[in-house]
Amino acid sequence: MTTDLATPDPAAATRAAAPPLAEPSGWHEIRLTVDGASVTAQVESRLLLSDFLRDRLGLTGTHVGCEHGVCGACTVLLDGEPARSCLTLAVQCEGAELRTVEGLAPGDAPLTPVQRAFHECHGMQCGFCTPGFVMTATALTEQPQRPDAADVADALSGHLCRCTGYRNIRRAVCQALDERFAGGPAGRGE
Amino acid sequence: MKPTPFDYSAPGSVGEVLALLADEEREAKVLAGGQSLIPMLSMRLARPGLLVDITRVPGLDRLYTDVSGALHIGAAVRQSRAADDPVVREGWPLLAAAIRRIGHPQIRHRGTVCGSLAHHDPAAELPTAALALDARFVIAGPGGTRTVGAADFFVATFQTAVAPDELLTEVVLPPRARDGWAFEELARRHGDFATVGVAVTLRRAPDRRTVGAARAVFCGAGPVPVRLPAVEEALTGTDAGTAALDAAASAALAGLAPADDVHATAAYRREAAAHLLVRACTLAWERCS
Ligand SMILES: Cc1cc2nc3c(=O)[nH]c(=O)nc-3n(C[C@@H](O)[C@H](O)[C@H](O)COP(=O)(O)OP(=O)(O)OC[C@H]3O[C@@H](n4cnc5c(N)ncnc54)[C@H](O)[C@@H]3O)c2cc1C
Ligand code: FES
Ligand code: FES
Repeated sequence: MTTDLATPDPAAATRAAAPPLAEPSGWHEIRLTVDGASVTAQVESRLLLSDFLRDRLGLTGTHVGCEHGVCGACTVLLDGEPARSCLTLAVQCEGAELRTVEGLAPGDAPLTPVQRAFHECHGMQCGFCTPGFVMTATALTEQPQRPDAADVADALSGHLCRCTGYRNIRRAVCQALDERFAGGPAGRGE
Repeated sequence: MKPTPFDYSAPGSVGEVLALLADEEREAKVLAGGQSLIPMLSMRLARPGLLVDITRVPGLDRLYTDVSGALHIGAAVRQSRAADDPVVREGWPLLAAAIRRIGHPQIRHRGTVCGSLAHHDPAAELPTAALALDARFVIAGPGGTRTVGAADFFVATFQTAVAPDELLTEVVLPPRARDGWAFEELARRHGDFATVGVAVTLRRAPDRRTVGAARAVFCGAGPVPVRLPAVEEALTGTDAGTAALDAAASAALAGLAPADDVHATAAYRREAAAHLLVRACTLAWERCS
């Protein structure tokens, strides 16, 4: 039932997640794009997007911590913007374009600048919060203009890390932004 | 925990939304951004039988200024979109500032402006901004459409003039004024709801040196946004100098009757509110053009 979306496989661009066991209330068929692959699935209305990604698609890189929007571990890119997958129903994502941490560097592809910066700056310890931070940071690097230090702080405030004290995470994000917007105004944000 | 089972519908018109909300068999609830509703479902504090997703109704995503210059924000307009809109930032900066104090960007990308207003958490920023800016609320229901002013819209904690079978279709802000403005709040952490906060607008009198009109509205200070006429009177006609600010702060201390809760005592809230008011008035006066 689990589809391995992590493997880049253009031939398998259209996939069907197997229908679940029937329950009486509110099943819907949804079609969406997950990490570039088309997905069609039967989902119960109450299925959270985080559970859909993890349990139905096997994309367990999206972590679940608090399940009420506070910790940020479950953050994915929903139509290009970071959003909480635990505060989104899978059924709301009909037609949406989703990106998860698995989609950043699939298979043997090189790490993205954000992933590399987290590695080089030692922006993690246990790594539980990391996928969420990486997705938010990825969105920051995809903005047309370099976000200023206040915007970076605001975006990172949406994630809780219990291990690192944030210094190295912020350094990693700044390195990725420096690489993307060479010589931008916000400096290294130290 | 996970939500209890419910059905979901994403209708294509306001009429269909209203027909679904009129369901007498089961409790139907509007789903906008879900940033307050979905946690309530997951914690099983709400157990509706049907969610009506309004974000796909054509037209409800409109954000525009009409010929009179008033700003219309449709029910499906997300908070980030409104706060980032150049017209909003230029003409209604108090609104944009209030939105930027809601949670984090990851929340604001999904949450709607109207959803926060309809939800009406007493610590939320947008209801207070809406009262400070004289917002009007357009509500569609089985009997047709009606418009309610901000003073009558907020009824009690989590309660507004919108009935369960009605839909807030848009909020309308009067044409931009060149008032000075400020939104100041005290929160335990960046991104948290306000423990207490205040929205202030100040307008110069024709003489340019004194305050012609003032408005001060507090959040986290009662079950609805609290507007204090005594504070506004203490400021009007003054030069917004130290004596006037002291008088305004005293009026706030005397006029506010917040509740104690786990975050702060009533006395602490009043004290903090008076300080925030002084800071907000100073900023607003500097921003008066
Ligand atoms: C981590 C976190 C931090 C937050 N911090 C803050 C904060 O600092 N300040 C703050 O103000 N909020 C905060 N919020 C809540 C805020 O973000 C919500 O977005 C907002 O209150 C609800 O908007 P929504 O569009 O998501 O509404 P939903 O969650 O979809 O709906 C909320 C309620 O309003 C009703 N409703 C929605 N739209 C309509 C409509 N058009 N007509 C009639 N009824 C409607 C729904 O039925 C539901 O009862 C936070 C949330 C989270 C998860
Ligand atoms: S699991 Fe979604 S924010 Fe914590
Ligand atoms: S690295 Fe452990 S929670 Fe952030």
